[in-house]
Amino acid sequence: MAETLPTQTFTVTRADLIRYCGASGDFNTIHWSERIANSVGLPGVIAHGMYTMALAGRAVSAWAGAPDAVVEFGVRFSRPVPVPDTDEGTEVVVTGVVKEVTDDGLTKLELTATCNGEKVLSLARATIRKR
Amino acid sequence: MPLDQSFAGRSWPPTAPYLVGREKIREFATAIGATDAEYHDPEAARAIGYADVVAPPTFPVVITMTASSSQIVADPELGLDYSRVVHGDQRFAYTRPVVAGDSLVCVNTVEEITSRGGHDFLTTRTDVTTEAGEAVVTVWSKLVQRGEE
Repeated sequence: MAETLPTQTFTVTRADLIRYCGASGDFNTIHWSERIANSVGLPGVIAHGMYTMALAGRAVSAWAGAPDAVVEFGVRFSRPVPVPDTDEGTEVVVTGVVKEVTDDGLTKLELTATCNGEKVLSLARATIRKR
Repeated sequence: MPLDQSFAGRSWPPTAPYLVGREKIREFATAIGATDAEYHDPEAARAIGYADVVAPPTFPVVITMTASSSQIVADPELGLDYSRVVHGDQRFAYTRPVVAGDSLVCVNTVEEITSRGGHDFLTTRTDVTTEAGEAVVTVWSKLVQRGEE
């Protein structure tokens, strides 16, 4: 049976998005204004795709046991992650499975990230070099 | 309006150097909830062979997003309507992690412009190197301009 990454659950609140706006420099209004998000046809404020990808990166780095293990990392943003204006926010659940260990010591992972049971990343893959 | 196909295959001159600050890496790591000591503590980073704190894997987008938007995405000649843009794909290939103290330059290339189902797709590649030319990371982004309703 293929080795799997333990499931990691990340809580995402509006405060997290605001903090990510500041840290990343991405102040796109759909990440903090319900009014603007609705006006462009979104269900509400959504998380930055790069925030979701960063959470998936945390899961991978934690599993690899090293902050610098990732040598390749790619995703497709398949659905938005709506973040309600509540204390609880929402949850992104990340898991993964080892697809291949190459002869030169690289481990190829396929990742799954869901929110409310729906896939928010597809073609999510990371290659890591374990220490 | 479709995107200007003449942008496909074009590269731009290197951007002005971006000096990676220790506090910026800490701020970014804190924002994504990453508590690994090597992102915050220079001693911990030195213990695994780096000169200063290392950045989490998605940090380079802080640098490349600014670089590609200033040179490509915001160019009116390209014809991108940013209000209709969503992030499609993102990929990183690392030679090594970004480290505080790095002075990084970006070379942007438009790899591909395509249209499908009324939507336009723009794939950019940003090669990130040190000022001395040492490869650090290559970053691909695909932006999707949704068709007008």
